[in-house]
Amino acid sequence: MPLWQSIPFASVMLPLAGAAVTAALPPRASRRWAGALMAVVWGLSVGLIVCLLTGGGSFTYPMGHLGAPWGNELRAGPLEALLASLFSGVMLLSLLGGADKLREDLTPGRQPFYSVLLLLTLAALMAQVYTNDLFTAYVFVEIITLCGCGLIAARSGTGKSLSAAARYMVMNLIASALFLLGVILLYDLTGHLLMDPLRGAVQVLAADPARELPLTMVVALLCVSLAIKGALWPFHTWVPDAYSTATPTGAAVLSSLVCKAYLILLLKVLTRVITPEVLAAVQADQVLFLLGIAGMLMGSLHAIHQRELRRMIAWSSVAQVGYIFMGFGLRGGLGMGASVFHMVSHAVCKSMLFLAADALIRASEGHEALRNLRGAGHRAPLAGVCLSAGLLSLVGIPLLGGFVSKLNFVQAAIAAGGIREPIALAALAVSTLLHIFYCVRAVLLIWSQPEQPLTAPAPRIPWRAGLALGALLVLNLALGCLAPPVWTVIQSGLAVIG
Amino acid sequence: MKGANNRWLEQGDDALDRLIAERIDSPVPETPAPRPPRKRRVRTVHIPHALYLALALLLCLGIIGALMQTTARLPSFGNPDNPTNNEVSRRYLEQGLEETGAVNLVAGMILDYRAFDTLGESNVLFVAICAVIILLRLQQGEARPDDTAWEPRHDLILRTVGRLVVPLVLVFGIYVILNGHLSPGGGFSGGAVIGAGLILCRLAEGGERMGKVLSFRTFRALSTGALSFYALSKAYSFFTGANRLPSVITPGVPGRIFSAGLIPYLNIAVGLVVACTMYALFTLFRKGDL
Repeated sequence: MPLWQSIPFASVMLPLAGAAVTAALPPRASRRWAGALMAVVWGLSVGLIVCLLTGGGSFTYPMGHLGAPWGNELRAGPLEALLASLFSGVMLLSLLGGADKLREDLTPGRQPFYSVLLLLTLAALMAQVYTNDLFTAYVFVEIITLCGCGLIAARSGTGKSLSAAARYMVMNLIASALFLLGVILLYDLTGHLLMDPLRGAVQVLAADPARELPLTMVVALLCVSLAIKGALWPFHTWVPDAYSTATPTGAAVLSSLVCKAYLILLLKVLTRVITPEVLAAVQADQVLFLLGIAGMLMGSLHAIHQRELRRMIAWSSVAQVGYIFMGFGLRGGLGMGASVFHMVSHAVCKSMLFLAADALIRASEGHEALRNLRGAGHRAPLAGVCLSAGLLSLVGIPLLGGFVSKLNFVQAAIAAGGIREPIALAALAVSTLLHIFYCVRAVLLIWSQPEQPLTAPAPRIPWRAGLALGALLVLNLALGCLAPPVWTVIQSGLAVIG
Repeated sequence: MKGANNRWLEQGDDALDRLIAERIDSPVPETPAPRPPRKRRVRTVHIPHALYLALALLLCLGIIGALMQTTARLPSFGNPDNPTNNEVSRRYLEQGLEETGAVNLVAGMILDYRAFDTLGESNVLFVAICAVIILLRLQQGEARPDDTAWEPRHDLILRTVGRLVVPLVLVFGIYVILNGHLSPGGGFSGGAVIGAGLILCRLAEGGERMGKVLSFRTFRALSTGALSFYALSKAYSFFTGANRLPSVITPGVPGRIFSAGLIPYLNIAVGLVVACTMYALFTLFRKGDL
């Protein structure tokens, strides 16, 4: 086995082993150590993409000296490598961009433990991306869930983040239980936990009429549990508070990465275990499609009503998750690809939005409400540009990642045909209009002249935050202008995943 | 006060948030906002409470019914032809002793065949305790809640029984951990026993004495040391196994105390993490520190 095939193993084990040590480090060193590990994982993942594209195909890696199906197994292909590099890179930039706010929001005694949570989240994200085993996926779902609670509640001295964390915890623990129930039922019916043999066993089950109800329940449990965790409407109730009260690093990591990890797991379950044919046979793809469309519209409608910038961005996440589920529900291969591309573009966009929103709020004497952010773009130009670019990307303005996303969804809808084509196209059009309402309004607001100039001079954006915002802006533009290579990686990854 | 709380509860989540925000959150800003707040009514859809309850009940009953129907259609329990009795469980039973060296096959499964999952599980505990530390551990300058008056200080019965029972509990826990690869038990169960013993010891002897034995620094060193050892040793085992490299870890002679490769040491590591986590959860929730 060539050495580069150990990269998935290293991407999981490095942060996992490094996390324990972090608890004993002083605050600043713990952040640097966490950042360094994230950078190493990012570098390794980029290397893996290159190796896989030149070497081709995918490979499995046994986690243990006895190998699968007796032990655990990792599996890597171009799609997994792309997502791993995306997750580690965006997490590094989120930590960099939010580091200064982190020092204000958390007392020094708490900061090392926050770094521990970030590193364990990274390890669990990597495990989620690479795992080939449903039970391993469950274990790391648990780690991400608990880390998420810490990331939300960590902001000291605010009761709001505590109540948000409590709401998050209730919803997500119910979802964990449902997911575990689904895995147990599937194991009882098939005797497998590994995805490759499960796929064959599920085909056999689908042919047996006596097992129709259990199979439908398994699909429903797995889809609903991951939809709750991925914040699909109407299971989104924990989202607005959680994203808008967490410290910027936490909000960026939760909205752009943690939620995507569940969606990636769902994608793997839907393509590798429950194949699209079985999904269509139990009518689950229609449910996903309709809930996705409902999410697209409801998320945007609520975002229009919000009077605080960060709550508005949080509600817009609900709409974006709706897009991804709509893609899952579109028949034909293009829907999945469009969803994955949207995950990538949304991850890059949402982390930038939360970091930029925080910088703008700081430049406006800490006022969160939209009406008090009038003219904030003039006080913090870089953050203003980033927020504008992110919001316009959500609308789908060309040259930005969101445009390519929407184009992919339109193409997937046309390719899907049937009754879904007009519904999806209409929903995309209406959703874009709704996006224009709240996104363009916010952009115009932050660049208009303030009615009364603030007396205090605006604080400078710290260099770390500036660097992170700049890098994320470049990434957004790159996704918009140079989308074909990314699309090729996604397509080649999806081709070997099934 | 009680009436006030109920009122907030009845008004729902937003009202609760507002209450918490008012009580804890923000001191009212002195400077006036740049623009006076615009009067605007928030339009929300109010579902009547009774209708909400009825719908929730119906939904729950529906889910219960569907799940019970599903259970009735599962393979019958204990049937030798069930899909779960496949080559995987056969291999565990037939070759588990030879391949892992563990007489207790469960230990062989969770700490050798599927050690990656168990590494994740022990990190779940670590995540939980980190989140609790972030939330509850008192920071420098924060007032320590003075609840010493409520403690059973110098409680003769508790202290006497504690002195009798605690050593036995701890020894039994250590036995369960060390014998984990030979008989039923292992790190999780033994660690839970030790954790319970430590909690009892703290209740009997008081926080000051216990704090000298198991301070926050000791707790941190034990947890991080055990988890790092687990991660690093299994990383070695995974890497050598996947690349078919010769490994220094051998199953040994089954039945001996030093056998079964890494399993006894991993049991000790897991036991330390579980015991420390249980004790720390208890004390953090009570006192905000160890």
